[in-house]
Amino acid sequence: MDWQFRSDQPIYTQLVQQLTRAILSGELSAGSRLPAVRELAAQAGVNPNTMQRAMAELEQGGLIYSQRTAGRFVTEDEAVIGESRRRLARREAASFLDAMAALGYDRTQILQLLQEEKEAE
Amino acid sequence: MALLECRQLTKYYSTSLALDRVDLTIEPGRIVGLLGPNGSGKTTLIKIANGLLVPSSGTLTIAGLTPGPETKRLVSYLPERTYLSTWMNVVQLLDFFCDFYPDFDRDAAERMLTALEISPRLRIKQMSKGTREKVQLILVMSRKAKLYLLDEPIGGVDPATRDYIIRTIISNYNEEASVVISTHLIADVENVLDDVIFINRGRVVLQSSVDQIREEKNCSVDELFREVFRYAE
Repeated sequence: MDWQFRSDQPIYTQLVQQLTRAILSGELSAGSRLPAVRELAAQAGVNPNTMQRAMAELEQGGLIYSQRTAGRFVTEDEAVIGESRRRLARREAASFLDAMAALGYDRTQILQLLQEEKEAE
Repeated sequence: MALLECRQLTKYYSTSLALDRVDLTIEPGRIVGLLGPNGSGKTTLIKIANGLLVPSSGTLTIAGLTPGPETKRLVSYLPERTYLSTWMNVVQLLDFFCDFYPDFDRDAAERMLTALEISPRLRIKQMSKGTREKVQLILVMSRKAKLYLLDEPIGGVDPATRDYIIRTIISNYNEEASVVISTHLIADVENVLDDVIFINRGRVVLQSSVDQIREEKNCSVDELFREVFRYAE
């Protein structure tokens, strides 16, 4: 994985976001086993406690689960993945709309622009 | 019990005050950045923790003990300048560490050295600066210590070596141990830190967790450091 960190947000929230994206995009495939926390931390160049915190949050959201001895796995539950995908899509859409509003576009113009882009493809 | 504790720790050199009533506590299981500009007192603090200097007043304890032979068993120390004899080769260094420290994991050290393709017969004086830094770090991190005190582990090496050093630190300290990294190269280490201690002119000016800084101030430790030390000038 290619890890990138911004300076204005806690690292663990960024880890949660990036791991979520990797799961939704299939880079980390459903049912696959995750490397150990320490190993992932070393790959990302972050503190192991921080990686642990991100894992705990992803576990709480159901995207990953742990089996006591075998390690952590990406969920195979389509419903959980679908729900997470919708939530992320909503957030992306909202930030896109904000950015367009900042450029002075109203909803009608945005829809029109999207239509034009689609036709141009 | 705290791994390292300072109470009103003060150190004078003949004419100057190097540490001024420093109070701080380091708990187990943390990676802590000791951050400050050159001459702020970082090395003095670390030398006192290793029993190389004695406080003028106040106390510093390691797991409740005054620095001495007992605490040297608990502390793995990477000094700013090498203390190793430069005629020694890699095998001799490994023997040397095995003799001194019962907690030295020779297999772990050999694995890391082999992965770097460092020949066992290579002498310190034949090594490049980057290789030398890596070898010393491997030796220090291959001890199963309670506290790692690393004085400027990434000073003066190229970015690839820096990455290697940081990854080696993360992969090798054990979970009940703490690691103190002293540096002024904050951007390079801040992602691996749990906590930071800002020190300036011998005084602790801030002690905080990295997450707290990012959440409350919406900036990186590096940015905060620049801000704090601009006003401190």
